[in-house]
Amino acid sequence: MPILSAGGQLRPLHPLHALLLAFPLPLFLGALLSDLAYASSFHAQWINFSSWLIAGGLLIGAFTLVWALVEWRRGERSGPGRPMAYFFALLAMWVLGFINELVHAKDAWATMPASLYLSIVVTLLALGASWIGYSGLHARERT
Amino acid sequence: MTRPTLLIGVMVLTMSACGSDPAPPQYGPNPQLPKPYRGLLPRMVISMPLEWGDAHPIVPQGYTIKAIATDLKIPRQTLLLPNGDILVAEGSGGGAPVLRPKDFIANYIKKQGKSSAKGGNQLTLLRDADGDGAYELRGIFADKLDAPYGLALVNGVIFVANQDALVRFDYRDGQTEASGPPIKITDLPGAINHHWTKALTASPDGRFLYVGIGSNSNITERGMDAEVDRAMVWQIDAQTGAHRQFATGLRNPTALTFQPGTDQLWAAVNERDEIGPDLVPDYVTAVREGAFYGWPYSYWGQNVDTRAQPQDAQKVASAIQPDYSLGSHVAALGLAFSNPAMGADFADGLFVGEHGSWNRSVVVGYKVVFVPFRDGKPSGDPVDFVTGFLGKDGKAHGRPVGVTVDPRGALIVADDLSNTIWRITPDQSIATTAELTL
Repeated sequence: MPILSAGGQLRPLHPLHALLLAFPLPLFLGALLSDLAYASSFHAQWINFSSWLIAGGLLIGAFTLVWALVEWRRGERSGPGRPMAYFFALLAMWVLGFINELVHAKDAWATMPASLYLSIVVTLLALGASWIGYSGLHARERT
Repeated sequence: MTRPTLLIGVMVLTMSACGSDPAPPQYGPNPQLPKPYRGLLPRMVISMPLEWGDAHPIVPQGYTIKAIATDLKIPRQTLLLPNGDILVAEGSGGGAPVLRPKDFIANYIKKQGKSSAKGGNQLTLLRDADGDGAYELRGIFADKLDAPYGLALVNGVIFVANQDALVRFDYRDGQTEASGPPIKITDLPGAINHHWTKALTASPDGRFLYVGIGSNSNITERGMDAEVDRAMVWQIDAQTGAHRQFATGLRNPTALTFQPGTDQLWAAVNERDEIGPDLVPDYVTAVREGAFYGWPYSYWGQNVDTRAQPQDAQKVASAIQPDYSLGSHVAALGLAFSNPAMGADFADGLFVGEHGSWNRSVVVGYKVVFVPFRDGKPSGDPVDFVTGFLGKDGKAHGRPVGVTVDPRGALIVADDLSNTIWRITPDQSIATTAELTL
């Protein structure tokens, strides 16, 4: 586990980066909820909703992931710990999210229960990544 | 243009954690059924189209094959008229909306194995006036139809099953053009039209028409509400247009015909995908009135398909087995009973046009087979009758759809990839032997 504390105050994300990071969690959470709706109702439309929500999470998540990689590799003076943790949380979210999309491409109940479990894990990873990201990645410059 | 797509096919294939598909014999009344299996990606292998060039389909020794019409607009089924004229239904229906991101990709891949021509939405008439085997006259019998597929002639009326309605044209012998616009008999289930083809045949007495209506999904992934009046055969009163459900649970009944000399309806049915290379066998069966054949709850009798939820144990318990497996994913789209004029080896049985697979890493189908019959029942493994649609490099020259037997001794095969009508005739020696056997 990398060291998350960089000491001192953390600088917020660039507004555009923050905007991108705002998407994956609600989209993947939405997919989880509609998976639950499908599991309890058997209405196929719910699993279709999930499929699109996950696709949206992956699309915006890909840009967020690239930005996270740049932040990590730039390795500012606060050290690599937080940006690295942030990047890997997003990476795990994206990879498992992609597998989840493939599972959701199965037909009807063939998606279950793997889709539900994957949606839970991906949502938690999105939550973790958002938590780290919104706490800030780099220390503020001293004045 | 074709190369990158081929790569997609190969990539999908490679990613799907596969070996080569085993090919157990899966013919006849009791096919082996492996356990359902699907990896993260369905196996998709599409045979890319390739012009015929100097190649042509291969037929058994003693038979000759000839292209009697080319450059058609997606020919699907053919109808033989009493004077020997051939009517060709040309069209391409469907257009079910994209439901999931998957559909974009799957549709794109499947499209690579189809003709780029636009469906004609018309009936073309072919005539060989002097009987020399060359169909020198070609004209449009009727146009502005909506993806016509099934054709039938009853008591001077030509019935056409469009993708959303059953229509009729009055017909006099020798007519080359319809005398007026089509008259609608009844609407057919046309919403979504995931499986759009409407197979058609008439009872021997001409009183009833039978229409095959495919399911609106592979296995209910568009929801159960979309499956009302789908995956079944309708019996329609030819006079009034009133219908009733004749048999149900038939996932995609793509061809219907009556067994000569009987009142027995036969159907070719395409079964479900994405549970393995050897599931579920496509089949031909005598259609029993009132019977339920399993879709979506079960396959090949009472093998439960857990993808269809909620399950219906009562329906499963009532599901009956079809008669004869053709093998999984062959995509049987054409059906015609033979007669002795086809030569002794092919005198008694069923010709089946197999469009070819997409859900298998080793492709199957892409040929016309002959299912031999004895005493009115299938009596052995299918025999290849027309092959050579696949080139050596795995590319496809053609894809057979409808088959029609000409009682004078010819098989007519529609090919919707090379947009050709093929005609296969026994050579004189075989035809003579056939007459002597009679």
